[in-house]
Amino acid sequence: MRFSNYDVGPFYDEMFSSDLMPRSAARTLVRNIEALPEGELRNRQQAAERALLAMGITFNVYGASQGVEKIFPFDILPRVLSAGEWSVIEKGLRQRIHALNLFIDDLYHDQRILRDKVIPREIIESSRVFRRECIGLRPPRGIWCHVTGTDLVRHNDGTIYVLEDNLRCPSGVSYVLQNRHVMKSMFPRVFESSKIRAVSDYPSHLRDMLEFLAPDAGSSPRVVLLTPGVYNSAYFEHSFLAQQMGIELVEGRDLVVKDGFVCMRTTTGFERVDVIYRRLDDDFLDPTVFRRDSMLGVPGLMDVYKAGRVSLANAPGTGVADDKVVYAYVPRVIRYYLGEDPILPNVPTHICAEPDDLAYTLEHLDELVVKAANESGGYGMLVGPHSTAEQRADFALKVRANPRNYIAQPTLSLSRVPTLIDDHFEGRHVDLRPYILYGRDIFVLPGGLTRVALKRGSLVVNSSQGGGSKDTWVLSETARGTAAPTTSVPDASQTREALPC
Amino acid sequence: MLSRVADSIYWMSRYVERAENVARFIEVNLNLMLDSPAEAPNQWKSLVNTTGDHEDFSRRYPGNGQDDVLRFLTSDADNPNSVFSCIRAARENARSVREIISSEMWIHLNTFYLMLKEAAVNERGLSNPTDFVSEVRQSSHLFAGVTDATMTHSEGWHFGRLGRMIERADKTSRLLDVKYYLLLRSIEDVGTPFDDIQWAAVLRSASAFEMYRKRHGRISPVGVVEFLLLDKEFPRAVRFSLLDAQASLHAISGTPLGAFRHEPERHMGLLCSDLAYTSVEEILRRGLHEYVDELQTRLNQIGNGIHEAYFALKAPGSSPAAQFQA
Repeated sequence: MRFSNYDVGPFYDEMFSSDLMPRSAARTLVRNIEALPEGELRNRQQAAERALLAMGITFNVYGASQGVEKIFPFDILPRVLSAGEWSVIEKGLRQRIHALNLFIDDLYHDQRILRDKVIPREIIESSRVFRRECIGLRPPRGIWCHVTGTDLVRHNDGTIYVLEDNLRCPSGVSYVLQNRHVMKSMFPRVFESSKIRAVSDYPSHLRDMLEFLAPDAGSSPRVVLLTPGVYNSAYFEHSFLAQQMGIELVEGRDLVVKDGFVCMRTTTGFERVDVIYRRLDDDFLDPTVFRRDSMLGVPGLMDVYKAGRVSLANAPGTGVADDKVVYAYVPRVIRYYLGEDPILPNVPTHICAEPDDLAYTLEHLDELVVKAANESGGYGMLVGPHSTAEQRADFALKVRANPRNYIAQPTLSLSRVPTLIDDHFEGRHVDLRPYILYGRDIFVLPGGLTRVALKRGSLVVNSSQGGGSKDTWVLSETARGTAAPTTSVPDASQTREALPC
Repeated sequence: MLSRVADSIYWMSRYVERAENVARFIEVNLNLMLDSPAEAPNQWKSLVNTTGDHEDFSRRYPGNGQDDVLRFLTSDADNPNSVFSCIRAARENARSVREIISSEMWIHLNTFYLMLKEAAVNERGLSNPTDFVSEVRQSSHLFAGVTDATMTHSEGWHFGRLGRMIERADKTSRLLDVKYYLLLRSIEDVGTPFDDIQWAAVLRSASAFEMYRKRHGRISPVGVVEFLLLDKEFPRAVRFSLLDAQASLHAISGTPLGAFRHEPERHMGLLCSDLAYTSVEEILRRGLHEYVDELQTRLNQIGNGIHEAYFALKAPGSSPAAQFQA
């Protein structure tokens, strides 16, 4: 299967340079794929899809009739990152999470950053996800954002930007692990020859981090994962992570506050719970504190949490740093708390709450991406160049009515990766969501979830809107693939040897 | 083990077993139809009586021909006891405990469900019922086998076996009832070669024909009733099933056999002794249908007791919802 007809187009391609030379990190992979007989890659792709369906690795589609499940589309061509590039990303993410954690802690205590007028007070106080209930809260070990899934994108200029922080309950890591599992069985030879950094220890890191949070150090803590239930779109992930960590998967109705502790109902009575990895939004955690109509949470949970008798990951209230308007200030946040320049840049952002930026945004709706402060999954968003005049007029009304709720960014031309479409390769746009754990120290999972917009020309990578995923390979320093200068073009005999890869 | 998890494993197994038995009901009727004289009355409607869903059926299906009944029992998503609905429910339960059960169990059940979903679209249960029911039976056997071979035989597994065996006892007794409904229609056949054929069909549907022959030889109503209700070695017999269920119930609580810790154990003990000390002649004297009816009431009582003892742990201000018994 050859790349000879592949068109890089006017985009940054992750696998090839503009003259269709494989980038050094992708060289081994390209060689192996080109050595495959015609049709073989497609067979493997279909085998992978069948395996995913039988394993029930599916997600539920909101809005569609109940019980509609789809497999999360998976493309067999991975995205490859060199060791050098990854080390910059990793440093940048550590720096950002470190600063964001200090920022959240400050917002719920002294609010130095507001008193110093680095961020306008009204931006924070008008944020729907700033939780007054959390003021004065001291989460265990001083950590708020234990699990983060930062969205990164690469623009035409080759620079990687931070698009969103996702400090609440980021999902998708199970696909990283499953994709890798499938890819290893499809391409064992490539894995042997490429020195790809492992991701399979993520559940161990996650469990260690969660145990680190336990109220009583020393005893072996009871850690559980709290899910909204089987109809949640990420249910597969919840059950998969619980299984991989060997912890109990619980729903709100399994838990009850009893004698000042959180307990779970078991066949032999009530058992105390120490740490809850909750995959439930703040709103639903505790109906006596947050949304009263929540059937998913545990009444009284927040009292136990405040008393330090149970730990929650992530802490409630982290969403404030996820607010898309607050996002615009993160570079200033990093400088303020750490006195360092951000390693990973933000996408340049216009804040509609500021008059000049508002005027600019309204004039340039056809070229900007406009986002509502608190929507995710690609909803509540206007992609200017792909919009109709009607949609723009509609959005202009919304923005004028509530400027605080909107930001605008230039339309990035996301980088592309070759993707198997029918029997040939076409470039498709991708983003990257690495996962960061904050416990005893900060751990960044090498790689992360590469989401791909499978529709031709589309920039929307969300699974609910036609997105899929790819395996993400981060090469280690010693990888043969990165030793570019000494790697020669393979001769025919090597090509044959690489066949059953 | 979480109460909810125990509940889900219990019902997952019950639903798979229920699907298998609905397929067996269909099979007994198919067998009877093929062996019946051409002028014999249509028996399909009475099949629905056996499952206890005749009201729902008459409301939604004005006709009562073979296709209506087959659709109702195999693929009707609105009939909670159709084969499709049972496996869908089993899979939903499995999905909520897939981190507890083995991957093999989950993958098999998921594949089973996908097969039925496709069969519902193609109406394969109607066009080729014989193959359909045998496929369902096999998939159910496979699930039980995979469960026994891949899941640790600890608390969770015992809840699964408990569910499976209570369901099996209930359904085997109903299988005998199919014959009861037929008898009402064809009283003049009693003792004729045709009667013999009918009882053989009942046995075949319980996979019991060959084993019966080895035990009793001649086919007689007394022998069949004794075999399917009271045998303690045939794995689909009511008594065998309940002895297994009882063993699991006691394994879960840790109470020795012969003693009891809670109501379900007490009721189960009573029922098992009844089956051990009742003679088949007594059952027939009282009336088979009446006996089966009472048996089902007692099984429901045990089921409710299990729910109270293990799944509905009471705490202030909350009550976990129960799955329906049907």
